[in-house]
Amino acid sequence: MTKTAESLISADHLTCIREDRILFEELKLNVSAGDIVQVEGPNGAGKTSLLRILAGLSAPYEGEIFFKQSPVNECRELFHQNLLYMGHLPGVKGEMSAQENLEFNLALHGLDSTKAEQTLSEVNLLGFEDALASHLSAGQHRRIALARLWQSNAPIWILDEPFTAIDKLGVSKLEDLFLQHADRGGCVILTTHQDLTLPTERVKKITLSYRFY
Amino acid sequence: MWKWLHPYANPEVTYHFTGKLIPWFNRLAFSFLAVGLIWALVFAPADYQQGDSFRIFYLHVPAASLSMGIYVGMAIAAFSSLVWQLKLADASSAAMAPVGAAFTAIALFTGAAWGKPMWGTWWIWDARLTSELILLFLYLGVIALHNAFEDKNLAGKAAGILTIVGVINIPIIKYSVEWWNTLHQGSTVSKMGKPSMSIEMLWPFMVTFIGFALFVAVVICIRFRTEILARNSMRPWVKNLVLEQKLDNPEEKY
Amino acid sequence: MIHSEKLSTGENDITSSQQLSYRAAFMLIVKRDLTIAFRHRDDIFNPILFFIIVVTLFPLGIGPEANTLSRIAPGIIWVAALLSTLLSLDRLFKSDHADGSLEQMLLSPYPVFILVLAKIIAHWLVTGLPLIFIAPVLAVLLHLDDNSYGALMLTLLLGTPVLSLLGAIGVALTVGIKKGGVLLSLLVLPLYIPVLIFATSAIDTAAMNLPYNGQLAIIAALFFGSLTLAPFAVASALKVSTN
Repeated sequence: MTKTAESLISADHLTCIREDRILFEELKLNVSAGDIVQVEGPNGAGKTSLLRILAGLSAPYEGEIFFKQSPVNECRELFHQNLLYMGHLPGVKGEMSAQENLEFNLALHGLDSTKAEQTLSEVNLLGFEDALASHLSAGQHRRIALARLWQSNAPIWILDEPFTAIDKLGVSKLEDLFLQHADRGGCVILTTHQDLTLPTERVKKITLSYRFY
Repeated sequence: MWKWLHPYANPEVTYHFTGKLIPWFNRLAFSFLAVGLIWALVFAPADYQQGDSFRIFYLHVPAASLSMGIYVGMAIAAFSSLVWQLKLADASSAAMAPVGAAFTAIALFTGAAWGKPMWGTWWIWDARLTSELILLFLYLGVIALHNAFEDKNLAGKAAGILTIVGVINIPIIKYSVEWWNTLHQGSTVSKMGKPSMSIEMLWPFMVTFIGFALFVAVVICIRFRTEILARNSMRPWVKNLVLEQKLDNPEEKY
Repeated sequence: MIHSEKLSTGENDITSSQQLSYRAAFMLIVKRDLTIAFRHRDDIFNPILFFIIVVTLFPLGIGPEANTLSRIAPGIIWVAALLSTLLSLDRLFKSDHADGSLEQMLLSPYPVFILVLAKIIAHWLVTGLPLIFIAPVLAVLLHLDDNSYGALMLTLLLGTPVLSLLGAIGVALTVGIKKGGVLLSLLVLPLYIPVLIFATSAIDTAAMNLPYNGQLAIIAALFFGSLTLAPFAVASALKVSTN
C-alpha cells in the first residue's frame, strides 16, 4: 500500500454538453489500479454520459481522456484492448443462441471463445446454451453480456448499471468479482442505483449533481 | 503561423467581429448590385443571337457559380470541424447550407426561364441544369440530416461527413452527367455554358457577380451569428447580451 | 486464479496469443452476419420480391410493346436494383444499434474499418448477389437485347457492391434517427447516379455490339474507390450515431 498505484484512466477539463444543457464542466478525474469508483447522482445528471465519454463512445465537448498518461486519441487500439465497457444495452442478438452470442462477444474482444460454455455456468445459464436469445428474458440477456467479465483480461472495467435485472445472489457474486479484479490491479468504474455492499473504504465516489442552468 | 487566427476560434470574439463586418459588406453589396444590375439589365448590349432574353444570364451564372462555391465552402468548414475539432466550423456549415440551397434553386429557375424563349420548353435535361438539380438534392440532404438530430454538435458532425462525401462525389457526378448528356443529345449544342462574352458584357457581369457574392457574405454572416448564439445559449456571455438588450429597451416585450 | 501479472498488459501488441488476425476478425463478422441473415429469411426475400415487382410494374405502366421495353430495359432493371438495395440497407446497422452490439464493435480492439467492411460484404452477399442472378430472368421479361446479357451481369457484379458501400454511409449517418428511412433515400440516391449512368450506358453499348470496356473500367474505378474510402466514412458516421 505504500507504492502509489499507476494511473489507468484519467481525464482533464472534461466538459459535456447535451442538447444545449451543460452536464458537467472542467471535470478532472484519475482512476488508478485497484480503484473501485462509483459515479452517483440523480437521473439526468450525466452519469451515463460520463461513462460513455471515458469509454470513448461519446466525444466530450472539451477535454481529453488519458490511458496510462497517454492521450487515448493516440493509442486507441491499445486502449480498446485494455477496456471492457458495458452499457445499458446488453448487445445480445435474438437470432443467435446464448452460447453463440457469448462466443461472438469473447472473440470480438480478443478472448478465448472456446471458454463460452463453461462461462455460462458462472452466470447460471447452464442448460440455456442453445436457447435462442429471443426466447430468453431481459435478465438472461444481461447475464449473457456480463459473462464476459469472468474471462476478461482488460484492466479497465466501465460498467453502466451492471446490476439491472440481476438477483441478490448475482449481485453479491458480481461484487466479489469486482473486488478480485481490483485486487489484481484492475479498476472498476460503475454506476448503480442499488447500494453496494462492498466495504466503504474500497469504494471511491464521484457525485454529479443536476444542473439547472 | 496561424496564431493570429486563434482568438477567432472563440465564439464570442467571432460573433462581435462578424457583427462589425456586416454593415460594410451590406453597403458594398448594395452598391455593386445596384450598379451591376442596372448596367446589366438596361445598358449592356443585347446578345446578337438571343436578344434581350439573354440578360437572365447575369442572374443565372452567378447563382450557379455561387451555389457550387458555397458547397465547397461548406466542405472546407466540415473538414476543419472534423480534423481540427473547430466548433465554429459546425456553425458556419449550418449557416451556409440553406443559402446555398436557395441559390441552387435560383439557378434552376433562371435556367428554366432562360430555356423557355430558347427552346420553347420549361426544362431541358442538359448537363449543367441536371448537375444543378443533383446539387440541390445534395444540399437538401445535408439540411435534412442536420435537422434530424436534436443535439447540434452531433448534427454538425453528421452533416459534415455527408458534405465531405458529397464534395468528393460532385466532380464524379458532374463528369458522368456531362458524359450522359453527350450520349443522348449529340446534336443539340447546349447554350447554357458560358458563351464568349464581349467586353461590354463582361464588365456588368463581373460587377453583378461580385455584388451577389457580397450579398451571400452578408446573409451567411447574419445566419452564422444566429447559429453561434443558438449553440452557445447556455454560456454567460450570451445571457449577458440578452440582458444588455433588455436593459437598453426596457419597454420592449420579449 | 489469476495473479496480478495478467492484467498489466503494457505494450501488448496486436498479435498476442488470443487475439485474432485481422482476417480472422473479418471472417468472424461475416459469419455472424450471414448466420443472422439466414435465420431471418424475410430480410432476404423481401428486397428480392420488391425488385421483381417493381420491374413488372413498368410494362403495366408503359405498355407491353417490345421495342419500347427493350430500349428502356437497362434503365428499368438498374433503377429497380437501386431501389431494392435501398430498401434492404436498413438491415445493415439498425438491429445492431438497437441492441447495443454496434457499440461493442466500435470498442473492439480491431480497427472499425475491417469490421465495417465485413458487415457490408456480408450484406452484399445476401442482397446484391441474388439481384445479379435474378436480373437476367427479368431481362427476358423486358425483351432485353440478346447481346446485352453479359454487360448486364458484369455491371451488376461490379456495381451492386458500390451501391452497398455508398449506401452504408447513408445508413451509418441515419441509424440513430427515428424514421430515418426516407431521409436515407434523399442522402444516398444522388450518390448512386454515376453508377447508374455508366452501367446503363454499358448495357446499351453492348446492345449495339460495341465494346463497353470503358464504362466497365469506370464502374470498376468507382468500386475500388468506394471500397477503400467508404468504410472510413462509415466508421466516422457510426461514431457520430452512437454518440
